[in-house]
Amino acid sequence: MSLTPGLHHFLVVSALLFSLGLLGVLARRNLLVIYMGLELMLNAANLALVAFSRFNANLNGQVMVFFIITVAAAEVAVGLALIVALYRKRQSAHVEDLTSLKL
Amino acid sequence: MPALTDLLFYGFAGLALLFGFLCVANPLSRNPVTSAMFLVLTICSLAGLFVLLNAFFLAAVQVLVYAGAVMVLFLFVIMLLDLKEEERRKLNKVALGAGTVAVAVIAGILIRAVTSAKPAADKLVEGTTKPLGRILFTEYLLPFEILSLLLLVAMVGVILLSKKELK
Repeated sequence: MSLTPGLHHFLVVSALLFSLGLLGVLARRNLLVIYMGLELMLNAANLALVAFSRFNANLNGQVMVFFIITVAAAEVAVGLALIVALYRKRQSAHVEDLTSLKL
Repeated sequence: MPALTDLLFYGFAGLALLFGFLCVANPLSRNPVTSAMFLVLTICSLAGLFVLLNAFFLAAVQVLVYAGAVMVLFLFVIMLLDLKEEERRKLNKVALGAGTVAVAVIAGILIRAVTSAKPAADKLVEGTTKPLGRILFTEYLLPFEILSLLLLVAMVGVILLSKKELK
């Protein structure tokens, strides 16, 4: 591996960022921070797509990232509305308090 | 002597990973507002990486939509919920340990797979507004229109969910 950043380097950064987002989803117990971990994972996938697009001289990857950003914005709006509705009903945004489906 | 763009890559990549770590597992503060602020910084560093990849339009969209609109929404909800008492809860040690091990293994596998791959041919493509807009409004016109419908559906859904009583 050379030191000049190529596709490899960007993919390593993307993989590490994805792992960090996964760690946030697994370890944190606050619904909002779990959502931020999800956003981090989406951003890592975006970085990988842009890197592939750049090193294959193909713009389709960047159009895909554009679509992902839009869908993520819609997803965040709906998800946060759900969290607010949940908080109104249960007075908590903590996953350990939401156990009514547990056996 | 490394070129300036190489140094910029390592700078932005290091900052993105550092801020990403501080966003999900900040050892000093478990306040959601701190996490949100570090997520903004991570997204801005990623926009820098997009510029280094010649994706200028996406870098602008990243800052405008993610660091602007989405994170304002996050902060708005955090302030609406008033999560002060959440900070006092202690961390689940077993979940944190298992999560760290799983993530380390996944990261190791990914890095190994990526570093053993063959290098890609270095061709140049510029993601400026003009070529991206052309491909978006010719080849991807139908998905683009469907996307506007998706945003409308999300908007209606959010308004319905935020009403005081669901009928």
